[in-house]
Amino acid sequence: MSVAVALRGVTKEFGRGDAKTTALRAVDLELPYGELVLLVGPSGCGKTTLISLVAGLLDPTAGEVEVLGQAISRMWGGRKVRFRGANVGFVFQQYNLLPAMTAVENACVPLLIQGMAWGKAIDKAGHLLDAVGLGSRLKAYPSQLSGGQQQRVAIARALVHEPRLLVCDEPTAALDAKSGRTVMQLIRDVSVKPDRAVIVVTHDSRVYDFGDRIVEMSDGAVEKVTVGVGAGFVASH
Amino acid sequence: MNRVALRMLTGDTTKYLGIVFGVAFASLLIGQQMAIFCGLMRNTTSQVRDIEGGDLWVMDKSVQFVDDLKPMSEGKLQLVRGVPGVEWAVRLYKGIAKARLGDGNFQQVILIGVDDASLTGAPRPDRVLVGSVEELRQPDAVMIDEFGWRYLFPGEPFAPGKVMEMNDKRAVIVGMCQCNATFLTFPILYCTYSQAVKFVPQERKTLTFILAKAAPAGAASDDLPPPGPAAAGPACPFGFADTSRAAEVCRTITATTGLKAQTNDQFFWTTIGYYMVRTGIPINFGITVFLGFVVGCAIAGQTFYLFTLENLKQFGALKAMGVSNLRIVGMVLLQAAVVGSIGFGFGIGGAALFGFLFEKFVKSTPPAFYLGWQIPVLTVVAVGVIMTLSAVMSLKKLLFLEAGVVFR
Repeated sequence: MSVAVALRGVTKEFGRGDAKTTALRAVDLELPYGELVLLVGPSGCGKTTLISLVAGLLDPTAGEVEVLGQAISRMWGGRKVRFRGANVGFVFQQYNLLPAMTAVENACVPLLIQGMAWGKAIDKAGHLLDAVGLGSRLKAYPSQLSGGQQQRVAIARALVHEPRLLVCDEPTAALDAKSGRTVMQLIRDVSVKPDRAVIVVTHDSRVYDFGDRIVEMSDGAVEKVTVGVGAGFVASH
Repeated sequence: MNRVALRMLTGDTTKYLGIVFGVAFASLLIGQQMAIFCGLMRNTTSQVRDIEGGDLWVMDKSVQFVDDLKPMSEGKLQLVRGVPGVEWAVRLYKGIAKARLGDGNFQQVILIGVDDASLTGAPRPDRVLVGSVEELRQPDAVMIDEFGWRYLFPGEPFAPGKVMEMNDKRAVIVGMCQCNATFLTFPILYCTYSQAVKFVPQERKTLTFILAKAAPAGAASDDLPPPGPAAAGPACPFGFADTSRAAEVCRTITATTGLKAQTNDQFFWTTIGYYMVRTGIPINFGITVFLGFVVGCAIAGQTFYLFTLENLKQFGALKAMGVSNLRIVGMVLLQAAVVGSIGFGFGIGGAALFGFLFEKFVKSTPPAFYLGWQIPVLTVVAVGVIMTLSAVMSLKKLLFLEAGVVFR
């Protein structure tokens, strides 16, 4: 198994003194390329903290985080920002699309961050939006799109610069069951590749069957890792 | 990313216009108030600018500004004429007289008596609207300024031959000229020196100013002694030394005669300096300009800050996606520069329009409005400070924003 993400003895604490809380406790975890990993567990168990560490948005208090063969927990400043910009794609629960920009303009933002020219970036983002079924809504503003459509734009945005790690935070939480499954299917179809790792944080048990590997967390620690098709996991929950 | 920054800025039209309005309002207030202030200050020097011909003003040593009248004895004129470096010197009367109009009303006027022989100090020919300065040589002749005519005889078209009475003497208006707006707003009457002293109650001394011309270097009258210690004091209240030929002659006159002598430029700034120091005008206008600045900071700063707060998640998402803090600084500064420039344009344009309309439509009073290049420059500096403060407030929030906020 080729490891895309490795956490070794990772602890994360917030606050100081009496206000100190431990979000992650000495977590060890390895996630492979080519799989869609679901990170599940109750609220406050540390899922979001874990993906924030993996994405390089937070630094661990102790331990080491290795992403795509690089120790991201040891990176600083601009190097980390550049690494994240080039290698990590994000799908957020609330989409976080820029309301003043059209679907295609939103989708091309990561390419602009990489320094691509506007016209070229728009072209590339347009093709990807076409691939996620929004070819006819390229010029629609987020407010003119349904929740499911907005999430598709967000997925296109997350993948447009071809990152090797895709991090999704509750991508179906704001969607109805049907749209949620459509979005998960889309994530599976367009993002799971042999050289890419996909991590999805979710509460939504209706989409557990999309996972190749399910990591259950509880109270800041990894409780159980289930490998294989998610159906068995779904049956037991 | 600049395009993204601009799209974020203009996305919400109402908020965008709100920020632009704030900056425009501040610019308008700052620019317009400064223009009125400069206009008023310039008006205090109108006679220094209007009375042309000489390049030196000689006066009693205690005179502080152009309307500070301290007559000298006639003998001083001869003294000045005898100073090396002085090509010529002529007398000038300047005072306030009471004119009795045809309807029996009295009106105070500014009376300027120019040299009888040369008419030095009279309006330039191109500023004479009706008649000619030569007509001042006629008995009882006076020339009135355009605004003065409108003020004394509202609605009446100008007609030469109108008679007034000053100090029980007959005064006949023979012409009309353009004058710069005055601070006192009294009508201005030009006449000869000998006529002027008849138009005012008799005084022992009547020579208020001496207009003189500095001889070019190397001329026959140029025999300047080395300047002594008394000549060292700068005539300009703002401290910069005037090294021109005229200034050199001024220093010689002061050293030789004990009189105050200043070039046109020096007397212009001396007069402004007096009003700046001795009146509350700068403070009052300064307060208004400061209030404009504060209002600008409050409206533009707050709206811009709120705009940033509302886009915090979007900025967080951009940071998560790999936008560096430096790029964020660039984006925010670009947004601030754009709203600042547009707001400044509208504001200073509004101030200019105000001045234009005031001059075009208000005919009864001379305008006190001067929009020199310095005012837009100062306004743009003020707007720059406002937008920089606004941007700094926003950046403080953004630079310390954890990209992880997008997951909360």
